[in-house]
Amino acid sequence: MKMLKLVLALLALILVTPAHAADDDFVLRVHALNGESYSDKIEAAEALAALGDGRAAPVLEALADGRLGITPDGTVLIEQDGVYLDPLSGQAVQATGFDAITVNNRVRGVARGAAARLALFSPDVEARRAAMESIMAAGSDDAAEMVRTALAKETDSGIKTMMAATLANLDLVSTDPARRLAAINTLSDSNDPQIRSRLENLLESETDPAVKQAADKMLSGMTFRLGLIDFGANLFQGLSLGSVLLLAAIGLAVTFGVMGVINMAHGEMIMLGAYTAYAVQQFFRAALPPDLIDFYLVAALPAAFLVTALVGIALERGVIRFLYGRPLETMLATWGISLVLQQVVRQIFGATNMEVANPAWMTGGWELAGGFTLTYNRVVIIFFCLAVLGGLAALLRYSSFGLSMRAVTQNRPMASAMGIPTGRVDALTFGLGSGIAGIAGVALSQIGNVSPNLGQGYIVDSFMVVVFGGVGSLWGTLVGALSLGLVNKFLEPYAGAMLGKILVLVFIILFIQKRPRGLFALKGRSVES
Amino acid sequence: MKFNRILGAGLFATASLLPMFAQAADDTIKVGVLHSLSGTMAISETTLKDTVLMMVDDINKKGGLLGKKVEAVVVDPASNWPLFAEKAQELLEKEKVAAVFGCWTSVSRKSVLPVFEKMNGLLFYPVQYEGEESSRNVFYTGAAPNQQAIPAVDYLMSKDGGEVKRWVLAGTDYVYPRTTNKILEAYLKSKGVKAEDIMINYTPFGHSDWQTIVADIKKFGAAGKKTAVVSTINGDANVPFYKELANQGIKADQIPVVAFSVGEEELAGIDTKNLVGHLAAWNYFQSVKSPENTAFIKQWQTFIKNPKRVTNDPMEATYIGFKMWTQAVSQAGTTNVDAVRQAMYGQKVKNLTGGTAVMNTNHHLSKPVFIGEIQADGQLQTVWKTKDVIKADAWSPFIPESAKLTADWTYPWVCGNCTEPKFK
Amino acid sequence: MLSEKTFWTGFTVLGLLFLVVLPILNLAVPEGSALHLPNYMITLIGKYLCYAILAMAMNLVWGYCGVLSLGHGAFFALGGYAMGMYMMRAIGDRGVYGNADLPDFMVFLNWKELPWFWMGFDHFAFALIMVMVVPGILAFVFGWLAFRSRINGVYLSIVTQAMTYALMLAFFRNEMGFGGNNGLTDFKDILGFDLTQSSTKMGLYLLSAIMVGATFLLVRFVAASKLGRVMMAVRDAESRVRFLGYSVTGVKLFGFTLSAILAGIAGALYVPQVGIINPSEFSPANSIEIAIWVAVGGRGTLLGPLLGAFAVNGAKTWLTGAAPELWLFALGALFIIVTLALPKGLVGLWSTLRSKAKEKAQ
Repeated sequence: MKMLKLVLALLALILVTPAHAADDDFVLRVHALNGESYSDKIEAAEALAALGDGRAAPVLEALADGRLGITPDGTVLIEQDGVYLDPLSGQAVQATGFDAITVNNRVRGVARGAAARLALFSPDVEARRAAMESIMAAGSDDAAEMVRTALAKETDSGIKTMMAATLANLDLVSTDPARRLAAINTLSDSNDPQIRSRLENLLESETDPAVKQAADKMLSGMTFRLGLIDFGANLFQGLSLGSVLLLAAIGLAVTFGVMGVINMAHGEMIMLGAYTAYAVQQFFRAALPPDLIDFYLVAALPAAFLVTALVGIALERGVIRFLYGRPLETMLATWGISLVLQQVVRQIFGATNMEVANPAWMTGGWELAGGFTLTYNRVVIIFFCLAVLGGLAALLRYSSFGLSMRAVTQNRPMASAMGIPTGRVDALTFGLGSGIAGIAGVALSQIGNVSPNLGQGYIVDSFMVVVFGGVGSLWGTLVGALSLGLVNKFLEPYAGAMLGKILVLVFIILFIQKRPRGLFALKGRSVES
Repeated sequence: MKFNRILGAGLFATASLLPMFAQAADDTIKVGVLHSLSGTMAISETTLKDTVLMMVDDINKKGGLLGKKVEAVVVDPASNWPLFAEKAQELLEKEKVAAVFGCWTSVSRKSVLPVFEKMNGLLFYPVQYEGEESSRNVFYTGAAPNQQAIPAVDYLMSKDGGEVKRWVLAGTDYVYPRTTNKILEAYLKSKGVKAEDIMINYTPFGHSDWQTIVADIKKFGAAGKKTAVVSTINGDANVPFYKELANQGIKADQIPVVAFSVGEEELAGIDTKNLVGHLAAWNYFQSVKSPENTAFIKQWQTFIKNPKRVTNDPMEATYIGFKMWTQAVSQAGTTNVDAVRQAMYGQKVKNLTGGTAVMNTNHHLSKPVFIGEIQADGQLQTVWKTKDVIKADAWSPFIPESAKLTADWTYPWVCGNCTEPKFK
Repeated sequence: MLSEKTFWTGFTVLGLLFLVVLPILNLAVPEGSALHLPNYMITLIGKYLCYAILAMAMNLVWGYCGVLSLGHGAFFALGGYAMGMYMMRAIGDRGVYGNADLPDFMVFLNWKELPWFWMGFDHFAFALIMVMVVPGILAFVFGWLAFRSRINGVYLSIVTQAMTYALMLAFFRNEMGFGGNNGLTDFKDILGFDLTQSSTKMGLYLLSAIMVGATFLLVRFVAASKLGRVMMAVRDAESRVRFLGYSVTGVKLFGFTLSAILAGIAGALYVPQVGIINPSEFSPANSIEIAIWVAVGGRGTLLGPLLGAFAVNGAKTWLTGAAPELWLFALGALFIIVTLALPKGLVGLWSTLRSKAKEKAQ
């Protein structure tokens, strides 16, 4: 069958395009990529790469990405951004019935590796760098010869270092002690955990004292550096978790902290914000040009703020204002509201998770040293939550609305006597708190799932943060959230995710006994509030 | 006082619900639908409720069962386990349903089990689960671990799967992952995998912060041996897990993740562009081409009025269970539970993916196993499948305590967990 | 306030209804009759009765003492677990793995011997003591810490919520030795009575009904005592009571601990009737619901919690069957309406209606 296909393709080529022999061979080998089994495909990919033809690289990449396909008449084409390209000429062609060639992880790995090896000789520096990066990431030994040849021709010093490191990595298992020693010296400031495990393996069987000593020294230096990196990673993860907690809690710091309303529907406000992000994303996908999709979040933020603020104001006017001074009843009524809101969302959007995609600029991360990745979405969220908090603090401090808000919360009758419309301020404050919860929802949709139960997961945590930080103090909320995040993440490696969380809760309970008003208690003269 | 008016409206609204209580006529056969429509499990279970309703609708269009109309009685156990037992009792005793289709979590099944056994009801349980059970009153149409986990691990150890040598078993801390991982650990060790090459990790339900664990997986995978993750992470926690995986740059051709609880429906809630190549093992994929499957997908999308809605494995399990039950009822000529149970053994239904599912005397199915890779469009592309159907083990041979037990509800065994037949 | 005579008449009537009339309707009236009470109703009412005890316990501490605990579900669940552990031990070698020394889930998790905290649960009497002691001690220690530091109002609510949440996470852990997510289940019998038998169920039901009566009288007695008066004073003006020289901490601690013990008993009665206990009973949502029963019925009244527990759970049972897609709307609306329009709950509504009728009559 395979042979027959090849023969047919060959015949077609001879009949239709009397081309150069090298081209024929190239096309033949491209054709072979549509083999029966995965092993056939792998064989074909390796054969294609062995040609050393620069045109093979895009073909192999397309194969790995599932963009290489075959039409019913047997032409193999590359699909790129909705256009079909001929692998030989790179020209766009018309095609119907394009059917992608199926690949699995193994084929994908081989194709990527082969493409990277070909790209090592590309005239483009960036292409070579990318190729080296992917070779290093794959960590396979079969690229050694190619790298050795490429090193001789390489001009860029950065890429040279990468190549030398790759080769040294291989030399670690060389039989010649001198080469092992040289490899250790080359690699001595590496932070790659993979190299560390190779080094450990080396030490187990090493007999040469000089090599052993060098390896020991390198290992201890590396362990120290990796320990530092681990600490840095924990710090970042803790800050990131803290920023998530902070986002979830800022809105509550307004409604609970400033107004004293226990809003059990706070989590549902976050959920509504996330659903607004989903709706805006769907709108962008359906109605706007595709290159704008990366900016849907920018539109989702004000939309979510508006939606949740309006829902919040409606709730305040409709239910909560009748319950001021009865915090416990407020809690029960808002619990009822949260049930209703969940079910409303379930009826409109369905009970299943909604897909909210990270825009391209929030996808992926910086590969830092030692396998530690700084993910873009989390970095963005850390800055975003600080911006929200800063904005809120500025609003409270400098705007006239902030002034009336503080006046009403500090002394309602007096504020009212001074002509501040307390009812309106209440409604707007609640709207503000809900709106902030809404934009938190937009941010949280970027790291978690969007489902009707979304809010339930955050409600207990956000109350903990506000109470721990000190009710009424934004500064307290910030410190509270970040310290809880950090404590949690530094405990997790030892205690595990579950026990870590329990320990944090126990810690808060005990802390509240010591300082019933939280970290940053508001000073006041009332005995009871 | 205007609140009185609100109150009046509320009372009126509740009163207007009363007619829903109307008694059904005698010429119908009732089936119960016991899936959570609210609470944490609604996310998965509402789909199955709709599937049963679609099947009921379908059979009524074809003239009903035994000349009677089939009527679905839907209740909402609200992801609350004691409420599951209460609703099960209500369905069996008050509504007198002929069979119940329901439950998702193991704990909900455990909660209703005594009710079904006491009242001699019939439950069709459509979800992959940990095994270690065989009740006379339950037919398990989802996969047992040997129909999902073991083939998946075999595939990853094979040449095509990448010859994996190092394993991360990551799961949510409950009984299904615990059992599956226990079986897998024993299985891997029997294949010569060393203890230091297995990392086991459990996380709470709904875990949302995966930074540390994903970083740990990355570290574990940097030991120079091909590493794979076997994920039994449940429902809600998967979205943040996969998002973190994609963003930390774990690619499927370096460290593939094979999941047993992630199907088309879960993937519909995740942006899969960066997850291409990660795997899932099931008995059904929407992408498998067969006339039955095409018809089923069309029927489902028409019924649910959404041309983009996906189908998944538990839906097929519900489909097979419902079909088998209707065939057994037709053959027995009655809905009597004892008669239907006898007629169920050996009952055959064509799988949506080709081949035939058979109900065994251990109340579990023989089904084919598929392993698929996640595609950019959220579908799973088959990369491996069993040549034949695999018979589910109710009791795993890899757990010493259960290896000696046999489930066989026909003479002479008539037992779900015995070491020797009841009749000799 | 009801007069002594009306109270006892009402109490007797209710007692007769639950202890005599309902069982007769179940046992003596033939199945086809319209008056027949099916078996599942007995289990259902038995379950409601346990909820009623829990609601009365909640009312004692919230209604009379002004302490809104959002962690009462934890005490209920702990009582339930203590009873569940006894019933687990009572299974003996009838579990699926046939191991007489260990419960199934421990066999399964490769545990070699029974952990120390399971010791003694082979004995019913020990379990019975633990049903009260464990929640009692937890409440005492927790309350002592909290009340001493004068944590009150919403702070206390949130801290108790954290407590039950932490316990839920802890019990979810399989390493804890309480069966993880599945909890304790597969019970066979209690004190040798087969749990699947209708007669056992009837017995548990009657026991629950008697317990409701006893709790009712106990709460009434406490509320009428001098201590009860101080409690209510604490509720209404805590500082004043403190300045008058009473130990507010002591009074609150008494109410909280007693209430926790009652909740534990309710849990212990509940578990054999529903046949399962698992960590979701600890979930904060469950505890909030308890407060809602009390609010719906009328907090600070004797009959309110009883009424609330029956009304809310009855509505839930009915609506989850009759309107499975919409029942959350109805339930949510009920909570909102009750808090807005009926600050005194159903009991308050009744007395308002009665006084209005009186006005009209005059």
